[in-house]
Amino acid sequence: MTSPARGAPGQAGAILALTGPAYLWLAVAILLPLSAMFYFSFLSEAPMAGKTAEWTLANYRAFLEQDFYRTLMLRSLRLGAEVVFWCFVLGFPCALVLAKSIRGRAREALFLLVILPFWSNALVRIFSWTMMLRGNGILEKAIDMVFPGAGHLNLMFTYEAVVIGLVHSYLPYMILTCYISLQAIEDDLLEAARSMGASRLTILRRILLPLALPGILAGVVLIFVPVIGSFMEPRILGGRNGTFIGTVIEDQFTAVFNWPLGAALSFIMLGCVGVVFAVSRLALGRRG
Amino acid sequence: MRMLSLGGAGRVYLALVLLFLYCPIVVMAVMSFNESQFYTLPVKWSAKWYVALAGNERILSAAANSVGIAVLTTLIASVLGTAAALAFFRYRFRGREALQLLLFPPIAIPWLITGTAMLLFFFWIGIGRGLHAILLGHVALALPYVIIVTSARLKAYDPDLELAARSMGAPPWMVFRRVTLPFLAPGFLAAALFAFAVSFDQFVISYFLTVPGTSTLPVEIYTAIRKGFTPEINAISTIVIGFSMALLLGVARFYKFGGERK
Repeated sequence: MTSPARGAPGQAGAILALTGPAYLWLAVAILLPLSAMFYFSFLSEAPMAGKTAEWTLANYRAFLEQDFYRTLMLRSLRLGAEVVFWCFVLGFPCALVLAKSIRGRAREALFLLVILPFWSNALVRIFSWTMMLRGNGILEKAIDMVFPGAGHLNLMFTYEAVVIGLVHSYLPYMILTCYISLQAIEDDLLEAARSMGASRLTILRRILLPLALPGILAGVVLIFVPVIGSFMEPRILGGRNGTFIGTVIEDQFTAVFNWPLGAALSFIMLGCVGVVFAVSRLALGRRG
Repeated sequence: MRMLSLGGAGRVYLALVLLFLYCPIVVMAVMSFNESQFYTLPVKWSAKWYVALAGNERILSAAANSVGIAVLTTLIASVLGTAAALAFFRYRFRGREALQLLLFPPIAIPWLITGTAMLLFFFWIGIGRGLHAILLGHVALALPYVIIVTSARLKAYDPDLELAARSMGAPPWMVFRRVTLPFLAPGFLAAALFAFAVSFDQFVISYFLTVPGTSTLPVEIYTAIRKGFTPEINAISTIVIGFSMALLLGVARFYKFGGERK
């Protein structure tokens, strides 16, 4: 097994032996469950405990006919867009500073510091915000110290609290993807632009942003998708104001036990995400 | 030479973003040592919440479950994932790209959907919920990461090294021990730590596959948060986040995330 044995008789067997176990596992734990969920989404009820189910489109129709689900889907899409927006606004300059104005070991250390929280426990990080945001919490006390008598913010259990928590969760993603593409831009290019008299704004608009676009888009996708499917963050930080399509799907599986409806809503959610990306791709393609 | 001398402003900005990222975590850690349970300031230092934690059977058994599942996930995902990565490295075969593409659903589809789909399917075919189901799910989530991290390391591997060693008369086992293994070890180690972190920090999948009574640490923390705040949660959360950050520093030691490659 030391050299690539191309076309050797044992090759097919070796490939099967090496990839088989991993893909069998993925099939049982990911692909079959997703297929089963797709199947369930067309059933009148879960075909378990001796119940017989009929084929139906009612679960998908519920989404079209009831304003409730559509409103929530739009609310989730808006949440996704807002979180992505703030992640970009906060993260891109940060990636730029890291990639282009800090060098050597300091950059390595700072980069690690930025992405470290991202790979740590998401639930715990969301929980840590409750201490910041709650009434009479740390944030209010800090504001009170700087501006005495500024009044109460009372951010806990609001839409804004959910946005703050999610931005905190996903910001490192945007910094990471932007950093990778900004880092690949040759310094000579920037030097050339500057020597020809380009202002900082021009360099940003004509060189940095266009060349970093793949990284920005990767960040957008990597943040938008999980935010649309979030349910733990809105539950902890949003309270009664934290109802989104994700929490409704969770309810179908853990509280209401209408699994076919939950399945249909899940695929509608995936479909909406797909449509959003297709449309933005078209829009971007036209401009470029 | 700095190309964009954003100077002090850039550094201040970076410091502010880091403050935003770390402030809540630091506050949580400080509050876990605060004697008052109503988060009163100034902090009166005390370890009483950690002592209380040591007597909390539920949390302790959940922690044991979490570590056990993470260890098993690491072992299984490392072996299966490394094997698959080796196949992708050594052989060009039909369907190779398709197999590699199949690694993305577990990463790209929201965990809410993967988790509920697992719940539905496992329940339907009789696997049911419980620690075994959680293990099944965690390994599937960790596999793509192991394959991707290991593949990245393999990409830099030159099989000619082995050839050179053999031509100098080294027996095969020596080639493996002195050439192949030392080169690949950091990649394997990074992948293994990654798998451990994916499993140890996983909440969503475990949440849907858990049975009341026997759950993992994140699920237990979530339940406690939903029931109401107690500083004990701060204590266990601080331990969890400290532990996973230490773990990921370990990963970073062996595997550079898009950093400068030299």
